[in-house]
This record gives sequence, structure tokens and C-alpha cells, in this order.
Amino acid sequence: MLGVASNASHTSSKPYRRGRADHVGENKSTMIKYLIRRLLMAIPTLIAISIVVYAILALAPGDPLGELANSPSITPEVRENIRRALGLDQPVYIRYFKWAWSFITGNMGYSFVNPVPVSTLIIQRLPTTLWVVGLAYLVSLAIAFPLGILSALKRYSLLDQIFTTFAFMGFSIPTFFTGLLFIIIFSVWLGWLPFIYNSTLVVRDWSSFVAQVQQSIMPIMVLGLFQAAVLMRYIRAAVIEQLAENYVRTAYAKGLAGWVVVNRHVLRNAMIPVVTLIALDIPTIFTGALVTEQVFRVPGIGSLLIESIGRNDTPVIMSITFIYAILIVIFNLIADLLYGFLDPRIRYS
Amino acid sequence: MRWIRLLERRVWRHPLVWFVASLSSVALLAACGTQSNAPNGDEGSQGSTTPVGAVSTDKSLRLLYWQAPTTLNPHLSTGLKDSEASHIVLEPLAAYNQAEALEPILAAEIPTRQNGGLSADNRSVTWTLKEGVLWSDGQPFTAEDVVFTYEFISNPDTGAISTEFYDEIERVEALDDLTVRITFKQPTPAWTQPFVGTGGMILPKHIFQDYVGAQARSAPGNTRPVGTGPYQAVEFKPGDIIVYEPNPNFRGEPPFFQRVELKGGGDAVSAARAVLQTGEADFAWNIQAEPAVIQDLLAGGQGQMTYVFKPMLERIYINFSDPNQMVDGQRSNANVPHPFLSEKPVRQAISLAIDRDTITEQLYGEAGKVATNFVVAPDKYVSPNTAYEFNLEKAAALLDQAGWVDTNNDGIRDKNGVEMRLLFSTSVNPVRQKTQQIVKQNLESIGMQVELKTVDASIYFGDPTNPDSNNTFYADLQLFAFESETLEPDSYMQLYACDQIAQKENQWSKANTSRYCNPEYDALLDQLNQELDPERRQAIFIQMNDLLIADVALIPLVHRSDSLALSNSLNNMEFTPWNTSTWKINAWGRQ
Repeated sequence: MLGVASNASHTSSKPYRRGRADHVGENKSTMIKYLIRRLLMAIPTLIAISIVVYAILALAPGDPLGELANSPSITPEVRENIRRALGLDQPVYIRYFKWAWSFITGNMGYSFVNPVPVSTLIIQRLPTTLWVVGLAYLVSLAIAFPLGILSALKRYSLLDQIFTTFAFMGFSIPTFFTGLLFIIIFSVWLGWLPFIYNSTLVVRDWSSFVAQVQQSIMPIMVLGLFQAAVLMRYIRAAVIEQLAENYVRTAYAKGLAGWVVVNRHVLRNAMIPVVTLIALDIPTIFTGALVTEQVFRVPGIGSLLIESIGRNDTPVIMSITFIYAILIVIFNLIADLLYGFLDPRIRYS
Repeated sequence: MRWIRLLERRVWRHPLVWFVASLSSVALLAACGTQSNAPNGDEGSQGSTTPVGAVSTDKSLRLLYWQAPTTLNPHLSTGLKDSEASHIVLEPLAAYNQAEALEPILAAEIPTRQNGGLSADNRSVTWTLKEGVLWSDGQPFTAEDVVFTYEFISNPDTGAISTEFYDEIERVEALDDLTVRITFKQPTPAWTQPFVGTGGMILPKHIFQDYVGAQARSAPGNTRPVGTGPYQAVEFKPGDIIVYEPNPNFRGEPPFFQRVELKGGGDAVSAARAVLQTGEADFAWNIQAEPAVIQDLLAGGQGQMTYVFKPMLERIYINFSDPNQMVDGQRSNANVPHPFLSEKPVRQAISLAIDRDTITEQLYGEAGKVATNFVVAPDKYVSPNTAYEFNLEKAAALLDQAGWVDTNNDGIRDKNGVEMRLLFSTSVNPVRQKTQQIVKQNLESIGMQVELKTVDASIYFGDPTNPDSNNTFYADLQLFAFESETLEPDSYMQLYACDQIAQKENQWSKANTSRYCNPEYDALLDQLNQELDPERRQAIFIQMNDLLIADVALIPLVHRSDSLALSNSLNNMEFTPWNTSTWKINAWGRQ
């Protein structure tokens, strides 16, 4: 039923357009209302998230002085002084409000172990993460789309078997393993690529661009392949679901060429769930890749988070998790708005 | 108006088009970010950052620290890694070399009785500073900087980690620009602690003077200090990379390397791989990896390992109190003796049953030596009187004699209804966990039952009041290393003093977690605190060590080293157990 309806709206453009134009005006105000309501709803959600995360961090055992523990020169008095200097002697709720205030005012507080504000740390590392993880995401899309669609169209063929096996392996093998495998093959055996990421490299000319590509290609491919495997399965499933619909059969019956049917009818409908999935995944581009960044020494947000957790650096952990929470909320909203954009039948209410 | 038509076009309705567009914008953003990256990290630097290509790889030195340095102020650090990074820029007045002799660095000479540096009553020491030393920004280095460094460290609000070395000081005063006098609260043999070695690096007053006390951690100088050392830091991304270039005002020979990159992060094995196998880095610090793994990497032929033996001992702590009984609101109460570990023959049996040879060979290789003493360094205080013995029969016989036999045939020795069940804890660490396995096997072969427990390091070494911390010690045995740090390990000897017992009353903050108390040992400790004569001090140190070993207050396992991976092309390197590995980086060269 749904398929028929959307097919009709796509194929006969005139009534569709008029219909759209009709409800755009009335829809605009409802959409803005919807947006405002959602944004207002997001505020208590975010506050609740921050309280829960802060409480978990405060309740978790361990403190930032752990590394100094087995040194006889760190006496109880010295330890107490350091705790006071870090503000750890204050009650939890005071620390929470202090953190919240510094987050709102922008510098996000001072890290316990790094002598700089958390915002500086994040800004220093964000470009690297966006470059590596963002490109990996593009790579995964570039791989997953053709393979997923082809796999669905040629279901149960040898090609499909190969692709699905690849996808299955891709998301079963953890990234730290593929990372290590890549290092052994490309750095140790072949000696082609470095496995230490140098963040001071500035792209100025062709040779430095090559160096930049050389040092980022392994982490990008490790992440990209993993992500591609996950996405491919979704795309394949979504396309297969649409192929069985009646409107597809109608389109074929009308004598449309195969690629026109796929491109203009099947993909449009199949992409709706996939696009949502991708929109919800975008926040992870900002928070980086925890494991892969560590393996290749990519100084991104992910490795910052892991190190901070290891050192109980609460202000840093808190800020990264909270930024992640904000992004999740925003992209959830974007995904919901996208639904309406991609599928005009959906109304905001 | 073509673009409007483009926007209206139905192509935008196609989801594929939509997100390809949005993602390319993300990528574009990322690419722009990468380019603007370097200037960001370089704000306020005196020198400009040279791109990698500009300095030939021969003249650039790549150091790899898998524990990434986070600050360049050694007094606010959270671990040795920070001192390693700081010592390239900052310097102390003097430092101990491999031969345990004091070498002047910023001082013109070492104070002695003869040159009037040391007062006759051992209460004050006068340092004369080198003339004409400049900070890297061109300001002169004077006695005022030394005085300031003391003020910075001793202010309790600063929360400096080196406070302990300055505890005995009454006052520090600048007699003139190049002379500084330190007066101690009482006569002390440890006058070489302040301003010497890792804890003694001098800070520039003109950079830090507004940041004493609570503001210390926000000082801009922490990430870009001005120093007297051979290099200055031109770029610092905490937890990632530090780039150094030669200090134009350095007093000595300019260093060979024109650029030093200290990269942090990753793990120990891959750091060793980068030096030994692929040659991507020249130097890697603190490589704790199994000997078999190191052997494999060494086959790469790019470098070799160097082991610098530290005053660091991996040992088993014995709980002298009962961890399973709650008395006066606490387990492991010092007044409740352990049901069997308080018996000396039992402790001797355990010591005899542990195969330290296997542990050292299999898990440490060249990086460790079998230890038999509590004091493992400096050489002058190491007792020659102890020996290591691994003898399961003798151990079993000792237990039999003490009446610990298996009466109920459950495979575990018992006496008066108490079974010899042990809980053995340590921190999460592959080498420690394998050590635990070997010890478990050893002890089970003489009829004990051992349960193993591992705790995450940040909890194990963190808040002392946590029931899983090493301080509360709610287990029977525990395993970890402790470093005595200085050449006069007086405070290290406190570890087994009666008044240092960790209990609820002191929030388990004291160091004697074994709850060992021996009046004889305390008497020796009192003697040591009064003694200033070097030879008699030596005798007391050895006597105290021998007492602990004979009484089996602890079981020493391995004397540990700092394992460094070095590229074959480097030369002229000098290391000492008493300082960071970078202390003489100005002399390093390439063949």
C-alpha cells in the first residue's frame, strides 16, 4: 500500500508538486513550532544526561594521582595538597556546578593532568579526528553503496555471496586486529607506510601531501572497511525489501529500463531508513575512533578520551561525553526532520 | 537565477544526492581543519615551527613515549614521563651520574667542606651558580630563580609533587646573583635532595612569578616553559607531541640535532617495533615487554635495547594482619595477627618456594635481575649478606615442622581448623599477572591454595580508602614495585616502621601496608635518623635490610630497570639510574 502511494507521488510529478506547494505554507509554521518544542525538550534531557554521567564518574573509584602512587616522595600531605589544587576536596555537587558553568562559558575547565583548558585540548585534536574518521566514513559509503546495491540486485548470485562474506568478516574482525595486520603487512614487511601518525605535518606541497596520505591511509582504511561492512548489510536489506514491492513490478511492467527503476524508484524509498542510520552515526565522526586512534597513534578525540579515562581526568571525560550527547540529540532531531523532507507523507505533530 | 533553479530541481529530493553533498562538506571541513592545525598549536611561540621537510631526517631526533607527557612543568607532573620531557628544557643545579657521583649542571661546582659550600654543622649548603647562563628568552639566570623555585614548590596550594624533597628546608636565600644558601631545619645528610636531579629542576621566575599557588596549573609556562637547557619547546600538544628546537642562548656546545620530536601515545610493544624493526623512531622509553617479543623485534636489526637499572624493586608484600576478620570496624586490623603469615617458618617456606629465577628469566629477561634485598640501589647500601634459594622440599619440611599438615585430606595444609588459603592481589598488568601465575603454581605445589585477584591500576594505586587499593590490603599477599628514588633512601626505610602502619585511623594513608612492626627495626631507624657519618650510615642501612630479609617481612623478586630501545645510528648517549634518560640529550649525536 505504502509503496503504491509513494510510487504514484514520484511518477506523476504535477499533482505531486502542487500537493507539496499546498502544504508547504501551512507546514512551515508547524515545522518551526515542532523544532522549537523539540529543542526545548532537549534541554532537560541534556541536563539529566550530564548529571548522570557526572555522578557515574564521581562514584567510580580511582583518582588522577594513581600514576604517582608507588613513589615514596608522594606523602599523604603532598597527595592532599594536589587534591586540593585540583578541587577534588569539594563535594560532588559543587564540582558539578563548577564544571557546568565552565562548560557553558566555553573553556570547559582545566584538565587534571594537562595544564590547559579542556576546550584547547579538544580544538587541538578535532581536525585530526575529522580528517581521519570523516574520510573513513566517506570511504565506507563509497564502498558500501555500490556493493550493497549490487548485492541486493544480484541476490544469491556468486557476487552476492562474496560481498556478504566480505561484510560478515568485516564487522566480525575487530579494528585493533585489522590495524595490527595492516601494520605488519604494510609497515613491517613491505615498509611502505609509517604507522606513527605525525600531527605536526603541514600539507604545503605535493610531497607533504603524499606523506599525509601515507600516514593516514591505514587508519582510514581500517575504519572505512569496518564501517562499510556494517552499512552494506543495511543497504542490501533495505533494497531487497523495496524490490519485492508492487510499484517496482509496475515500473518494470511499464517498460522502464532496469537502472531507471533502481535509481528513481527503488533507491529513493530504500534510502529513507539508511539515511537516518547515517545521520545518527555522524556524531561518532566527531568523537573519533577509540581503538584505531590508539593503534596508529592518531592524536584524535578518541585517544584523548581513552587516555583521560585511564587517568581519571574527569573534566575531559565529562566534556567529550557531553559534547557527544549534544550531537546525538541534534542529529536525532535532524534525522526526524529529514524523514519529512525525504517522505512528504510524514507530518510533524 | 540558474542556481535557484538548481535548488528547486528534483535532484535534491534524491536522498543519495543529499547526503553525498553533506558528507563532502564534512570532509571539506576536515581538510580545512588539518591545514589550519599547525598555526593553532603555535600561538605565542618565540621561534617558528619548521616543517618536517626543512630539517633533514639525519638532524632530527624522534623520541617515542607510549605514556604521553602532559605537562612541561616537572613539579606539577603526574608521572616520570613529564620529567623526561621537561629535562630537555629545564635543568637542576646538579645531578647524579651512573657512578653515583654528583655532577654540576647549573652549579659552578659541587659544594664540599673544603670549598666552603657545606657548613660544619651540616645545617646549610651554599651553591655557586655558573656565570653568564641565560634563559632561552635571553633573561639572565640568577640565584633569584632558585629561591623562586623553592617558593613555588613549597607553597601547599601549588600542589607540587616534589614537595617532599624540600620538606627539611628552613629557608632558601640568594646571597648575591650567583650564590644561593639553603638552610635546613636540622643537620641532614640529605642536603643533595633539593635542586638536584629530577625533582630539582629550576623554573624561571619571570615566567612563573604570577602563578604560585592555586593558579599554578593555569600558567602558560607549563606548556611552553622557558629553560636553560639545550633545547626550547616550540610546539606542545599535551598528550600528543612536543617539538623542540635548539635554544639559541644555550651556554654550552649547540646540540647536534636541529629538531627533536617527542611523540606520545600508543603501546609499549609497537613503540619498540618502531625503533627496532621499522626504524620509524630513534628512541623509545620504558618498554616493558616480554623478552621473547623483544627478541623478535631485535631481529629487525635497526636498533638495540639498553637497560638502566633503577632503584626499583618488584616485591611481594606479606600481610601480617588478618584480612578476613573485622575488628573495630576494619579488616586487616594491625592488632589482629594473620592466622599463619605471622609465623616466621611459614613466611620462610613461601620465600623458599617462589621460583624467582623463572620469573626473572621468562618475564623480564635482561630487564631484570633476581633480587634478594630490600635496598637494591645505590650500590654502597646494597647488602652482600643475603642469598636466594629456591627449594620446595625445604619449604615443605618447614611447614611440616611448624605443624601445618593436611589433616583432612583436602589437598590443603591446615592447623587448628585454619586452612592455608591465600588471596594474592596485584594491579592489572600482563607481567604482574604472569608473575602471579608462577607464584600460584609454586605455592600450590607445597600445599597451599592460592586465589588470584587483579585490580585496575588507577584503583589499586588510587584512593587509599578504597577496599581494593593496595593501601587497605584486604588480601594475604600483594605484588607491585616501589622505587626508592634517591641516593639516601631514608624515607624508603620508613616503609616498615611501626608508626607508618596503614589503618582506618589514618585513612590508610601511611606506607606500611604489611602492618609489620618490629621494635628492633624501629630502633635502627631512630639511629639512622640521628647518624650523619657516611660509613656508619652505610652499616645501618645494611643492617636494617638484613633484618627485614631474615624476618621475611617481604619477598624481593626482581630488581627492575628502565628498558630503552635505541636506534643503531645514535651515539654518545649516557644514562643514569638517578635521572631521566634525557638528562644529557645535548650530547646525543648520529653516526
